[in-house]
Amino acid sequence: MADADAEAATLDISAAYAESNLAAIFAQLDTDLIGLAPVKGRIREIAALLLVDKLRERIGLATEPPPLHMSFTGGPGTGKTTVALRMAEILHRLGYVRKGHLVAVTRDDLVGQFIGHTAPKTKEVIKRAMGGVLFIDEAYYLFKPENERDYGAEAIEILLQAMENQRADLVVIFAGYKDRMEQFFASNPGLQSRVGNHIDFPDYESLELMQIAELMLARLNYRFTSEAKTTFAAYLERRMRQPHFANARSVRNAIGRARLRAANRLFAQGGILTRDALMTLEASDIAASRVFAQPA
Amino acid sequence: MRITQGTFSFLPDLSDEQIAKQIQYALDNGWPISIEFTRDPHPRNSYWEMFGLPMFDITDAAAIVSDVRRARSEQPGAYIKVNAYDARYGRQTTALSFIVQRPASEPGFRLVRTEGPDRTQRYRIEGYAMDLPEEQRYRE
Repeated sequence: MADADAEAATLDISAAYAESNLAAIFAQLDTDLIGLAPVKGRIREIAALLLVDKLRERIGLATEPPPLHMSFTGGPGTGKTTVALRMAEILHRLGYVRKGHLVAVTRDDLVGQFIGHTAPKTKEVIKRAMGGVLFIDEAYYLFKPENERDYGAEAIEILLQAMENQRADLVVIFAGYKDRMEQFFASNPGLQSRVGNHIDFPDYESLELMQIAELMLARLNYRFTSEAKTTFAAYLERRMRQPHFANARSVRNAIGRARLRAANRLFAQGGILTRDALMTLEASDIAASRVFAQPA
Repeated sequence: MRITQGTFSFLPDLSDEQIAKQIQYALDNGWPISIEFTRDPHPRNSYWEMFGLPMFDITDAAAIVSDVRRARSEQPGAYIKVNAYDARYGRQTTALSFIVQRPASEPGFRLVRTEGPDRTQRYRIEGYAMDLPEEQRYRE
């Protein structure tokens, strides 16, 4: 393309947006994930930057590839893995990764058990993730400062190499608790400087958790009676104050146990069941939880 | 004499980009890839050395192309081929196999005649490169 042409060139950003089909992903993000407004905002911002960069590239404006490696920080059960899946899809739609699959790993998958075991193991994982996104959950376990002979450092080194040399083939997302991730990055400056986007996932409010519960139930073809709904809200209030509360994951487990109790109740009651009975969770199914047994 | 074994061997050597595309085709078909090398290109030598283990669970060709490059730097002057294995029941065989590196000069084969009983003739071919010990063959 001649320079004069390039300068006169105009591009339709709306068309590019429509072409990338991002709207569908954003809509899915909104319906699948309750709350998380700051996270959704950041993802839109990142997607906008990536889209604009693609357009700039198309008319031949010099751009250096935007930093794609990311860090997701937040408590357990706040949707980091789910958002990573969507992120992989967004990067794929915009053409930053060729395949758009997500490979989720933890320390065990990267670090070996004896000398010379770590490098092939890490390289294997990197190979599997190429063309897609490598999601490292609880990344801070890779680095154990108290043990200088720990093989985690070797895994980090190989990862760094791949992140630098194969930027076109691989995007890495580090995930974990906020404070420990900050420590992890502080002690690995090489990593910090290569991770361009930090997204923080806030804990859910009780109202949001209630919505999440209803969404999960709807997907499972269950519903609460109105008393069950109030009981579940009370359950959440109590559960949130207890240790090891894992946001959406705790809600899912609570629903799982309520389903178990409902099935037991129906089994004990015997006789003929209606479709409605098979779909309903009663207040008693939730009130039997051990959370209510402890003093609030 | 140019060795013609496997797919594409009558074409000019493939570029890295073309190799990547062929590998991607194999991966898209669900065929795991392995890399092999040898310094004994006799057509009946079907046991080439493995370069690393066969690679399973890989979706993108970039991962394998980087291994091909590593094989080239570790085995300069050797024949290197990429095999794609179709594990489907009823096929269970190499589905695609092509050479990705060959030595700069390939001396070819000589014909050796052996006299048998009753004036019968036995024929075999022998690579000229075979006269040297393995690590001295195909030196540039």
